[in-house]
Order: sequence, then structure tokens, then C-alpha cells
Amino acid sequence: MALLEIENLSVTFATSGGEFRAVDEVSLVCDRGEILSIVGESGSGKSVSMLALMGLLPWTATVTADTMRFDGRDILSMSDRQRREIIGRDIAMIFQEPMSSLNPCFTVGFQIGETLRVHLGMGRAERRERSIELLKLVGIPAPEKRLSQFPHQLSGGMSQRVMIAMALACNPKLLIADEPTTALDVTIQAQILDLLIGLQKKNDMGLILITHDMGVVAETAERVQVQYAGQKVEEQRVRELFDDPHHPYTQALLSALPERATRHGRLPSIPGVVPGQGDRPAGCLFSPRCRFATDLCRQTVERQGPEFGYALCNYPLKEGVPTGHPGVPELESAR
Amino acid sequence: MLRFFLYRVALLIPTFIGVSIVAFAFIRLLPGDPIMLLAGERGMSAERYQELQAVYGFDRPYLVQYFDYAWGILQGDFGQSIVTKRPVLEEFFTLFPATIELSLCAIILAVGIGIPAGVLAAVKRGSWLDQTIMGAALTGYSMPIFWWGLLLIIFFSGTLGWTPVSGRISLLYYFEPVTGFMLIDSLLSGQAGAFKSAVSHLILPTVVLATIPLAVIARQTRSAMLEVLGEDYVRTARSKGLAPRRVIGLHALRNALIPVVTTIGLQVGVLLAGAILTETIFSWPGIGKWMVDSVFKRDYAVVQGGLLLIASLIMIVNLLVDVLYGLINPRIRK
Ligand SMILES: Nc1ncnc2c1ncn2[C@@H]1O[C@H](COP(=O)(O)OP(=O)(O)O)[C@@H](O)[C@H]1O
Ligand code: SF4
Ligand SMILES: [Mg+2]
Repeated sequence: MALLEIENLSVTFATSGGEFRAVDEVSLVCDRGEILSIVGESGSGKSVSMLALMGLLPWTATVTADTMRFDGRDILSMSDRQRREIIGRDIAMIFQEPMSSLNPCFTVGFQIGETLRVHLGMGRAERRERSIELLKLVGIPAPEKRLSQFPHQLSGGMSQRVMIAMALACNPKLLIADEPTTALDVTIQAQILDLLIGLQKKNDMGLILITHDMGVVAETAERVQVQYAGQKVEEQRVRELFDDPHHPYTQALLSALPERATRHGRLPSIPGVVPGQGDRPAGCLFSPRCRFATDLCRQTVERQGPEFGYALCNYPLKEGVPTGHPGVPELESAR
Repeated sequence: MLRFFLYRVALLIPTFIGVSIVAFAFIRLLPGDPIMLLAGERGMSAERYQELQAVYGFDRPYLVQYFDYAWGILQGDFGQSIVTKRPVLEEFFTLFPATIELSLCAIILAVGIGIPAGVLAAVKRGSWLDQTIMGAALTGYSMPIFWWGLLLIIFFSGTLGWTPVSGRISLLYYFEPVTGFMLIDSLLSGQAGAFKSAVSHLILPTVVLATIPLAVIARQTRSAMLEVLGEDYVRTARSKGLAPRRVIGLHALRNALIPVVTTIGLQVGVLLAGAILTETIFSWPGIGKWMVDSVFKRDYAVVQGGLLLIASLIMIVNLLVDVLYGLINPRIRK
């Protein structure tokens, strides 16, 4: 049994403009010692699906799932109190904006120590010792000095290291990193990613890495699932996904990578945006932006089998060619 | 922090001078003459009037009078009351504890209820509880103090007969003031029932005086909390598996308090202004009532000195609030 199993997770927000389904029947599995990457543009429901797992969504959200099991325990049937015992101890999460994710009014030492006290009941001296150890682990120099500092005295990269130290305080079995490097300088991004991967290996954790950057996926993940407008559109191992993407959206994301874009001479972005509340089309949600879209796509869409990476597409790609597409020759000429 | 503090202290000096000029001018701009008022119904001969004018120095040009007055203050001499003939400073310190006691009780009530009410309203945003609290706060905020005080007296003292109408303690009790705070002195006196009597005298004035600050603090706390509750660090706190009580009461409130402390500081000025009315309604022998009485008697020295002392008090409290603000906001502390 895998560490985390989620089946058909849906999240619906009650908004002033009616119901909005931010996550639509997403399934995922992540085991110990494994890195799963969730990739997709902003607004794809990546954060919301993980916040649903953590129980951190506002009350306007309705969360449903067929299965949500962590370490063999059913999360859906847990009371809030039971879930709080797991959250922060066995499942930890770090966020996109490290600077604003730390509380400006408390010292680094207090914020790390708090987790140790609440979950492990450590005393003062023990907490201090463990906090220093954690800061060393995440590569912060002069950790004793950092303990008494406030977040505004830290740089973005340093703040994210502190966040990671805090998340690792109780040796979690699963770490969720929600775009951990997006807000950081390019030079720092690689360092933080390396740190995360190193710690994941060392602690034999499961790591769910959320990103909108295929470049990050290439360097870190073992398995990827691509999410679009709240739906999982494809799922493959990294190598296979890069070699042979089955969903047109994945293909578009890959060709938006800087190194590939220059090779094909295409613009490094997909025209259009992820449809939000109110502008979701019928049928395939990607159809307004898909170059293979047909009338059928605008009415309905079908989930493929494992041979196509469970692609949510009527004409899954095979080596770049849409299988069963009626107008392939015309597309060939468009290339 | 030290530089910031010294700067603020230095700023007190021009403010102090400004207030002394305003206080000096204010009482002289009012029509009426202190000596004629002193004479009362009987009136006074022209010679005697001239004589008294000379005695009090009112016959000199205003500028000379002002500098004479300012020179006295620099030496710690605030002059003496034309009515009681006692030094202004002495009268001030006799009456001051009564005002402090009332104001302290009011601010404790306002903070003690205002902050929890604001937090509750923010956490239960949009609920009937939120609407009730905010409705009450709006009512309290726009409550005319005088009318509100009379209403409470009519109901609690008149109809129900629960609380006394005026003063600080029942005439049955007498003891020499030790601290000047009736709650403490009545306990120290050891007289049975004295403390209870002091409390019952204090309740209504405290409620009346606390009403506006309470409403302001509750509203400010609510809006500060609403803002803070959406912050990333609150989500982080929840992601650590902390109980909601700790997330709201520690992580969120600690940040929300930063603007609230400033508001509380500003309320001290409002409070002292309110104390003048409240003391008048409840015949509370504090500096507010003293000021009002003195204005009616055109007791120049008392009004000048009293206003200056009250203004200094407000300035010092604001300074303390700024220091406190620096202490609770790590981004200012150095
Ligand atoms: N509290 C909320 N109320 C309503 N809609 C929300 C809320 N949080 C997120 N959404 C919507 O859900 C969608 C998915 O958001 P999110 O999971 O943050 O995307 P991302 O993939 O960029 O992490 C977005 O369209 C967003 O506007
Ligand atoms: S279903 Fe049609 S529109 Fe949607 S991704 Fe596949 S080809 Fe494109
Ligand atoms: Mg996100």
C-alpha cells in the first residue's frame, strides 16, 4: 500500500458567482522515498488539491474523494483534531512565498520550536538543540545566531531554508513542496531544489513537488502528473513524458521550455490562459487552446488507458501524431 | 530604538510650547472676568477692582503675562487658583488619582472586551454574532456620552436603584487617602462595605467612559484580524497542525495587535476628553470636573495649568504607546 493514495479528489468553492470546481476528480499516489511532480500552469488547481489534503482550505470549499488514505489511515473520516496530529508531523508542507510564510512577529527559533513542542512535547533545551541541528541540515550557517533572528532579517532563500527546517522538524513521511522555488532568484532556485532532493533521499520521504516549470520536473521528479484546469490530463514517468508526451497540453508545456523553444523556433508560451470560473468550455477544457481541437472535442472528451499515460484526450499523441485525428494532413502542413 | 525614543522626546518640547500658548489664549478669549465672577452678586467698587487686577497681574500686557507664566512653569510653578488660593499643581495631584482610576478602569474594560469581541467578529465573519457585535460597536461609537450617562443613571440608579448617582464612595465611609485610588484605599481602610461601595460608584462612570473606546477598539481589532487571517503565515501556522485557538490567539492576534495598539494609544486622548463629560455627569471629583468648574469661574491659572498638564499626560502616554509599538513590532525594533 502506498504512503498516500488519493482517488477522485474534487474541490468545489462556493463563490458569489456560483459553484466553482477548482479540482475535478484528481487521483494521485505517492510512496515513501518517491518524488511525484505535479505540473501545470497557474490556476490548474495544484495548490488547492494539496491544501485539501492538508485540510487548509477555507470553509467555502467542499472537498469530496472516493479515497484519501495516508499511511493506511483514512483521512476523510478523521476528526479535525486527529488530522491536526498528522499535519505538521507526518505530512508537512512548504509554500511558494517563503518571506510571507514565516510569522514576522516571532523568531526563527520560536517558529521551529513550536512544532517540536506541539507534536513531540520537547522541552526547551531539547528544542534548541534540535532546532540547531535542523538549521544545519538545511545548510544555514551560524544556526545559533539565526535562532534569535526575525524573518525580516532573512533573505528569500534563507527563509525557504527555515521553512524547510520547520517542515522537517518531526521527520515527516511526506513533504509537499508547493512551488518552493518560484519566488526565488534563479541562482538560489537550484540550491533549494538540490537541498530538497538531498533531504528526500536522506530521510526516505515521499516528496510531492508542485511546479509550473517543466525544467524543474526534468531535473527532479521520477513521476509526473500534468494538471490542467483542475483535471489530471496525463501521468507518466519523467523520461517517457519528455520523450513522448501523449496530451497536447503536455506537448505544449514541453515546447515552451527555453531550450526546446529555440530548437523549434516557437514562442516559449502557450497562447491563451487556463479557463477559470465562468469561461470553462464544454467537452475538453483545453480545446480553446489546442491546435488539434475538433467539434468532437468541444462536446466531449475521453480518458485514455495506461498506454497513453491516462491522457484526457480524444486524440492522444504518439510521437507527436494525434491518434485517430481526422485532419492530420492539414496539421502536417501547418507545422 | 534609543534614537527613535530621544527623537520623540525632543518632539515633546515644541508641542509643549504650543499647548501652553493655546491654553493661555483659550481662557482669555472667553468672555467674562475672573475678578467680577469672584465678587459674585455683590459686585465691587472700581478701585477695589483695579487693586485686585494689579494683585493678580491681569493689568499687564498679555505678552508680559504669558512670559511670566511660562517662566513660572519652567521653575515648576503653575501658579495658584484664584478661587481656592491653593497651588494648581497641588490641586492637580489631589484630584488626579480619581481621574486615573476612572480612566484606567475604562481602558481596561474597553481593551478587555473590545479585543475579544473584535477577534470573535473577525473569526465568525458574516455570522449573526459578527453582525451583532459590529452593530453594537457602531451604536456605541456614535453614542452621545452625556445622554448615555443620563440614560444609565435613570435606569440603574433610578428605576432599579442598584448604583449610586454620584461621587466616588458613600458618605458613610471616611478615611485618609493613601494612594488616592479609592478601590485600593477602601480595601486598606479595613472598613466593612467600603470596597463594595467604591466599586458600585465606579461601575456606571466606567461603562460610560469606556463605551466609545470599546467600540473603536472592537472595530479596529476586527478589521486588523480579517486582514491578518488571510496572510500566508497564518496558513503556515495551521499547516503545522496547531490548534485553532493557538493559530488565532497567538499567530494572528499578535500581528493584528500592532495597529490595535496605536488605536488604543489614540483613544487615551479621547478618553481624557470623555472623562471631562463623564466626571461632570457623575460628579466625579477628578481633573475633568475640576477643569469644567474652573472654566466657569474663569480661574485662569487652573485652566492654563490643567490643560497643560493634561496635554503633557496625553503626549507622554502617546510616547509610551510608540515605545510599546516598537517593542511588539520586530520590524521597528533594532
Ligand atoms: N478560496 C478560493 N475561493 C475560490 N476560488 C479559489 C480559491 N482558491 C483558489 N481558487 C481557484 O481555484 C483555481 C485553482 O487554484 P490553485 O490551486 O491555486 O492553482 P495553482 O495550480 O496555480 O496552484 C483557481 O482558478 C483559483 O482562482
Ligand atoms: S481532446 Fe481534443 S481539444 Fe482536447 S486536448 Fe485532445 S485533441 Fe486537444
Ligand atoms: Mg499554486
